[in-house]
Amino acid sequence: MGQVIQFAIDVLSLGSLYALMALGLVIVYGILRLVNFAYGELIMVAGYTLYLLDGTALPWLAMAAVAIVMAMVFGVLTEYVAFRPVRMKSVTAVLITSFAFSTLLQHAALLFISPRSRLVPTPALFTRTVEIAGVVVPLRNLLTIAAAVAVLALFTFLLRRTVLGIALRAAASQFRMTRMLGVPANLVITSAFAISGLLAGVVSLFWLGRIGSVVPGIGLEPLLVAFIATVIGGMRSLPGAVVGGYLLALIDVSLNTALPQALLQFRDAFTFSLVIVLLLWRPQGLIRGPATGQRT
Amino acid sequence: MPDRRTLITLAVLVAAVAVSVAVAELSGVRLIDRVVTVMCINLILVLGLQVFMGNSGILSFAHIGFMGIGAYTTALFTLPLQMRGMVLPNLYDVLATVELSPALGIALGGLVAAMVAAALSFPLMRLSDAAAVITSFALLVVLHTIMVHWSEVTNGPRTFFGVPEATGLYQAAGVAVLAIVGALAFKESRTGVLLRASRDDEVAAHTIGANVPVLRWRGFVLSAFMAGVGGGLWAHFITSFSPNAFYLKETFVILGMLVIGGGATVTGAVVGTIAVTIAYEGLRAFENMLNTEQVFDGTVVGLTEVVLACAMIGILVLRPEGLAGSCEIGATALFRRRPQPTGERP
Repeated sequence: MGQVIQFAIDVLSLGSLYALMALGLVIVYGILRLVNFAYGELIMVAGYTLYLLDGTALPWLAMAAVAIVMAMVFGVLTEYVAFRPVRMKSVTAVLITSFAFSTLLQHAALLFISPRSRLVPTPALFTRTVEIAGVVVPLRNLLTIAAAVAVLALFTFLLRRTVLGIALRAAASQFRMTRMLGVPANLVITSAFAISGLLAGVVSLFWLGRIGSVVPGIGLEPLLVAFIATVIGGMRSLPGAVVGGYLLALIDVSLNTALPQALLQFRDAFTFSLVIVLLLWRPQGLIRGPATGQRT
Repeated sequence: MPDRRTLITLAVLVAAVAVSVAVAELSGVRLIDRVVTVMCINLILVLGLQVFMGNSGILSFAHIGFMGIGAYTTALFTLPLQMRGMVLPNLYDVLATVELSPALGIALGGLVAAMVAAALSFPLMRLSDAAAVITSFALLVVLHTIMVHWSEVTNGPRTFFGVPEATGLYQAAGVAVLAIVGALAFKESRTGVLLRASRDDEVAAHTIGANVPVLRWRGFVLSAFMAGVGGGLWAHFITSFSPNAFYLKETFVILGMLVIGGGATVTGAVVGTIAVTIAYEGLRAFENMLNTEQVFDGTVVGLTEVVLACAMIGILVLRPEGLAGSCEIGATALFRRRPQPTGERP
């Protein structure tokens, strides 16, 4: 019983992070049909913001808020630098500009801050543990789950009930038609990037809470996770991204317990091979998104 | 018989490589010699990427993974027997007794890379656009993970050392010339032409009977072969390396060279490689100068990549077809013959 609870909480807390990461990637992909390779660097930006604010008199929550805002600012900046100028051109061009922008941010961090890892402040709450049915669980994991549920609820409300949400969903299914109906395209896209940054910011708080420090290359793993989760769940479906995130966590945690030690180090290879197989078997992902619309 | 324009292109590009070699040889400076050697190796890699990416229009991140396969294959088979126990203590018995010459090892590296690509990639070639890019990225991560953890063969994340030094300026330049011939030949072949048709309009190419996945697969296998050979040459040049040499940083440099030069043409690959090499070495010298002169407190790292990234974005925004433009150098006005009444449109 204890093991089951432990397993469930591990899967749910890791899955919550993965789901939010995937969602941030898909919100942009859904509208532009373009992958944002610089997505992981938003987490890095939030991390370095926390590091730079460490030592100021601000309470942690305020620092976290600033970090999230910075992630949003850089999300929008990504759009202005890497996406807007080349959006109308080829798909490959945008993939390369976003890859270049990601390298740019990483090396800017190397150049201006440090190649070595830097500690980020975490609230005392994160290190505490609680006991549920005889299982000792880090409180951080429960907070992660709670935060994810809150963000997902907010996100659902935003998409279903607000004008912006309706515009976003319309743009995701028929971009050209949406423009013709008078929705300002650039505004919709910019808000998608801002939301993407918001999600990355929230993720970074808990992700860095797990790791405790930030390095310039920190964005790679979240980016890979978001890739896999979206591929599993469906590139064009927002619920798919969430399902994919939790499913990936389930796979990861199961492999962690099931694989023998010698094979465990190859876990990433297994997971990514699974992604490739899944893409071949169901190129749409598990959950099919809205009908394909025209890009830009 | 290849047409005149292709031959002119070939002649000009080979001349560019020859001039670089001559510069290195005449200068007599060891550093320049090494820079040109690395440039020729990079040229092979960039041309390999161009074969797939330029003709099919699909971005491939897996390329450098195949470079790694080539490098480790040749390193494994050419490592002197008496060093095997020291470098790779847990090597399988079957492999522990084989020793090949570097030339054979490099060829074998290319073949192994091509075979791995052939086996893995066929199903992947059905995918287009973002899905194709993500799977190739996933493939890179898989290959990297295997290189880092398969200690029996790769010495794990630690440095693989003791590879005999065999790649000099002339070997690298010679293979680079072969790579130019190969890339041009593929581009003008039936497969290459159909593949380019599928790049410009996948549906239309399909309706005229092009089997797009098969075409892409051929391009991908050739591309992996060239990457494997390039990796092998590099291994025999650098003589010790770790799996991190074959990951995102190298991907970025090779991709940057192709994008800045112009991915659609072989000329672009050559121009990009030369231009980026010059810029890169200049920046690196500048960075070193800043560090030795202590202009800033602390060391300056990453400046080169920052500038290269800006250059890539700038090129894609201002001149998306790259420095070399969208046609091969042999087809530009520079070499155009007077229009003939029966001649095809230039």
